[in-house]
Amino acid sequence: MSGTMNITLKVWRQSGPSAPGAFETYKAPGISPDMSFLEMLDIVNERLIEGGKDPIAFDHDCREGICGMCGLVINGAAHGPSKLTTTCQLHMRSFKDGDSITIEPWRAKAFPVIKDLVVDRAPLDRIIQAGGFISVATGGPQDANALPVGKPEAEQSMDAAACIGCGACVAACPNASVSLFTAAKISHLGLLPQGQPERYRRALKMVAQMDLEGFGGCTLFGECMAACPKGISIDFIKRMNGDYIWGSVTEAPVKVTLGGG
Amino acid sequence: MKLDSKIPSGPLKDKWDKHRFDMKLVNPANKRKYHVIVVGSGLAGASAAASMSELGYNVSCFAYQDSPRRAHSIAAQGGINAAKNYRNDGDSIHRLFYDTVKGGDFRAREANVYRLAQVSNNIIDQCVGQGVPFGREYGGLLANRSFGGAQVSRTFYARGQTGQQLLLGAYQALEKEIAKGGVKMYNRHEMLELVVVNGVARGIITRDMVTGAVEAHVADAVVLGTGGYGNVFYLSTNAKGCNVTATYRAYKKGAAFANPCYTQIHPTCIPVAGEHQSKLTLMSESLRNDGRVWVPKRKEDCGKKPSEIAEADRDYYLERKYPSYGNLSPRDISSRAAKEACDDGRGVGPGGRGVYLDFADAISRLGAPEISDRYGNLFDMYQRITDENPYEVPMRIYPAVHYTMGGLWVDYNLETTIPGLHCIGEANFSDHGANRLGASALMQGLADGYFVLPYTIGHYLASNKFEKVTTDHPEFQAALASVQTRTTRLLGIKGKRTVDSFHRELGKILWEKCGMARNATGLKQALQEIPSLREEFWKDVTVPGSGDSFNQSLEKAGRVADFMEFAELMVTDALHREESCGGHFREEYQEAGEAKRNDEQYAYVAAWEYAGDGQAPVLNKEPLEFESVHLATRSYK
Amino acid sequence: MLKFWNSSVGKKVVMALTGLVLVGFVIGHMAGNLQIFAGPERYNAYARLLQHDIIELTWAVRVALFVSVVLHALSAWQLTRRSWAARPVEYAMQEAQVSTYASRTMRWGGVFLFVFLILHIGQFTLGWKWLLPEYVPDGAYGNVVLAFGRPLWVVVYLVAMFFLMLHLLHGTWAVLRTLGVAKNAAEPLQRQLPLIIAVVVTVGFSLVPLGVALGVVR
Repeated sequence: MSGTMNITLKVWRQSGPSAPGAFETYKAPGISPDMSFLEMLDIVNERLIEGGKDPIAFDHDCREGICGMCGLVINGAAHGPSKLTTTCQLHMRSFKDGDSITIEPWRAKAFPVIKDLVVDRAPLDRIIQAGGFISVATGGPQDANALPVGKPEAEQSMDAAACIGCGACVAACPNASVSLFTAAKISHLGLLPQGQPERYRRALKMVAQMDLEGFGGCTLFGECMAACPKGISIDFIKRMNGDYIWGSVTEAPVKVTLGGG
Repeated sequence: MKLDSKIPSGPLKDKWDKHRFDMKLVNPANKRKYHVIVVGSGLAGASAAASMSELGYNVSCFAYQDSPRRAHSIAAQGGINAAKNYRNDGDSIHRLFYDTVKGGDFRAREANVYRLAQVSNNIIDQCVGQGVPFGREYGGLLANRSFGGAQVSRTFYARGQTGQQLLLGAYQALEKEIAKGGVKMYNRHEMLELVVVNGVARGIITRDMVTGAVEAHVADAVVLGTGGYGNVFYLSTNAKGCNVTATYRAYKKGAAFANPCYTQIHPTCIPVAGEHQSKLTLMSESLRNDGRVWVPKRKEDCGKKPSEIAEADRDYYLERKYPSYGNLSPRDISSRAAKEACDDGRGVGPGGRGVYLDFADAISRLGAPEISDRYGNLFDMYQRITDENPYEVPMRIYPAVHYTMGGLWVDYNLETTIPGLHCIGEANFSDHGANRLGASALMQGLADGYFVLPYTIGHYLASNKFEKVTTDHPEFQAALASVQTRTTRLLGIKGKRTVDSFHRELGKILWEKCGMARNATGLKQALQEIPSLREEFWKDVTVPGSGDSFNQSLEKAGRVADFMEFAELMVTDALHREESCGGHFREEYQEAGEAKRNDEQYAYVAAWEYAGDGQAPVLNKEPLEFESVHLATRSYK
Repeated sequence: MLKFWNSSVGKKVVMALTGLVLVGFVIGHMAGNLQIFAGPERYNAYARLLQHDIIELTWAVRVALFVSVVLHALSAWQLTRRSWAARPVEYAMQEAQVSTYASRTMRWGGVFLFVFLILHIGQFTLGWKWLLPEYVPDGAYGNVVLAFGRPLWVVVYLVAMFFLMLHLLHGTWAVLRTLGVAKNAAEPLQRQLPLIIAVVVTVGFSLVPLGVALGVVR
């Protein structure tokens, strides 16, 4: 353990969805490099509370990089400077004593700010509702080994299924596109034999839903992949496009609506 | 209070079949007239909500996170057990049942565990059908691995993210039902009170965590799938938001709380790095398949680099003490052995609270690429947190609170002592006895949600008549008022100390006095310290902000307030159980360093009944009868 | 059909398909241009072929190109508007991690190329006097030599070709991904073939103004 660091934070504060937001500056002295980024914010908040001030609101839960709840744009990068790392797994040793750190929420029209750094990611659930599942009821499926799945397909499917739904792809995309999230689910299910019956219809419906939610379109910047804490490849977006095109040719048109849930 | 476990008669292996036939059914056309509330959207909650909606019930599901996909089931790494015997290595339903009862140190209910083993196979079928990308062999069939505490390979896995993939399967099923309109999902809603009308659970009170609105919800049955209470220790591998509030509120409304002292301390977690620590991170137990656990033989060597300690000077204590299970010994045993080594002054790393988990042998035997293939993501995670490369230096690990076997008492139908209130998954007490085996939590959560509750809830609904109740009912109004009062009170204290500082202090008391090893003196001290800390909390806590807006401090304060009361119940239970069993190790009761059970006096479930504020809780006992399993001293030597 | 056009993926597919047409065109155009190094007879004959001998075919191609450019630009414009609307509040700080300069200049580079295209057609096909006062119909070779005798036009064309290179670099890489037909890659952001296409086309085009400026083409 080396010495402690003094950090200056520039944090986006916004009291509610329709309230105007602004940056506030906080000094954070005595930060240990072994702290996680969120533990550093915990300490800042403890000091704010003790000083009778309103602590900084931010989403977090598992703090081990899997629940997808946390997500901050740190110095212009979604989930901060470390690759393949969620905000909760980012450690202060990635910064230097005296650093100034700008912290912003995910910014997208589809993700309105609830408070400070907390945003509403309900559109991600609605995209899943549009078709991100295999329609089997409990008790229906046959013996698990009755349906062989090649190891390479299973592995590739798992690569896509690793998505934690944090929304960093949207946050990092200059277009605020949700294509990587949507494509990951379409690919996870579409790569497996179980997912074939609904494959093309699923692509049509999920793409229609993501458009309806007001996300931008994909121009293949690749920023989503760089920000993704699970390293999900933009190759899956290609796969989504292929499924969408084929679905447009072969399937009846689909209808989706906002809301639900 | 009379505890009727409602175990069906007949031979063990026919009980569930018989019971399924004996239970009443709800006419398909009537199902949608019944409204069921499910609190929690983890493996148990999501699978239950989705399955009940598929059957036609009208379901409301509540989660405190912003999406049901974030429940902490997502963090389970290792795998899920099932008695498929795909490996031809001698597994069977009966063996899975036996291993689970034995692993639980003979403190679980036989009939429930047997049913769990029976439906374990259906779970794998169901999950594969949903598209869970389990690990596969090249031939396309499912892969298995062995997992802590089992001598057969019955664990199915999806890399190191099995919990995530199983939860996403259940989550997708849930979203499918939400889209169809069968489930109404309430995200960012926290249950703060149970409403009991004429002795029957008829609804809940929730707080909308975005707007602060306190709302009443009426239903014909309430299901709690709200997880465990490990966060009472402050530091645990649980998510920050995990809490006891829902089950504790139910306890205060009359549901018996069973075996609260049974807490599982997981042996392989990353050690605490400093005072700032906010949570502990688990390293999957699967690492113990290839890693060897050791500490230096001599205290003087502890400060040295591990590479400087000669082979002969290392104590591979698990291999030494438990030659037949070695590094794969069950969690409680492995944890305690680590504690002993550290108490002996031979711990490594900052503060001397750590042991090595060494992969050098496995790397030289299998090569680094194979190790990376098996554990790459875990090694990366370890390096991110500790800044040490586990391919080069051994990992440092230490036990941490991980799972709680205790929970609301339920009968064979998963119904609590309050009619209509059901409890599933980690939140109930039913299947793991005093210690849970690896890869069994996922199995139990999904068994309850997919294959047990959907049957038993129908039986409950079909067997009872429901008077029409609205939120205007005095019980609902009283519950609403009590939630409001409590919120106002928390906000009005305006003391000096933060909620976290109280929580940390409470956790410290419990970890030291009701942690891996307990004794009467420490527990009695804890029973002094907890109430005075609680008193201080209600005098000096500060909760900024207001109740009618997004307020994370208020959420925490409510949870910690409940932990403050619950902790006392837990310690009371630990003090009363004068034996060592599974995760509950009483220092006074041991034999040659091993836990010593007392089957004569303690082969029962301790179900605690709330008796009013300031009153000692009432102990009810459900005797455990073992018909198929021979009670034996658990030996892993 | 309308649903397809209204979707973000559909519009991208339209952009990709029209983009493919335009890539094919620039390659052919570039190859044709290089005939200028074979002398005035050959070059003027080539121009005559296109503008008189197979004028019906030329018109068909012109229509196809016109439609492609319009659809390409229209979908680009609509997608851009959608993207702008998708992020009403900008980041105070946003650091590009892996996106290329080429990908980030597609929009404004595209606008520049569109303006350049009009100037280019005005200059050499329509003979707008304010762009090239000495324009001679059917005197393609001479027109080229005259235009690039002026440093201003050399610079304008070279800058345009630079933007074309960037546009092709991202566009030819993205097109197969948008159409869902590219192969999976360990490093999907690598782009060797697009780089070759972009450089060959750009250098090929640039040789003409450079040739005139350096006195190789007189």
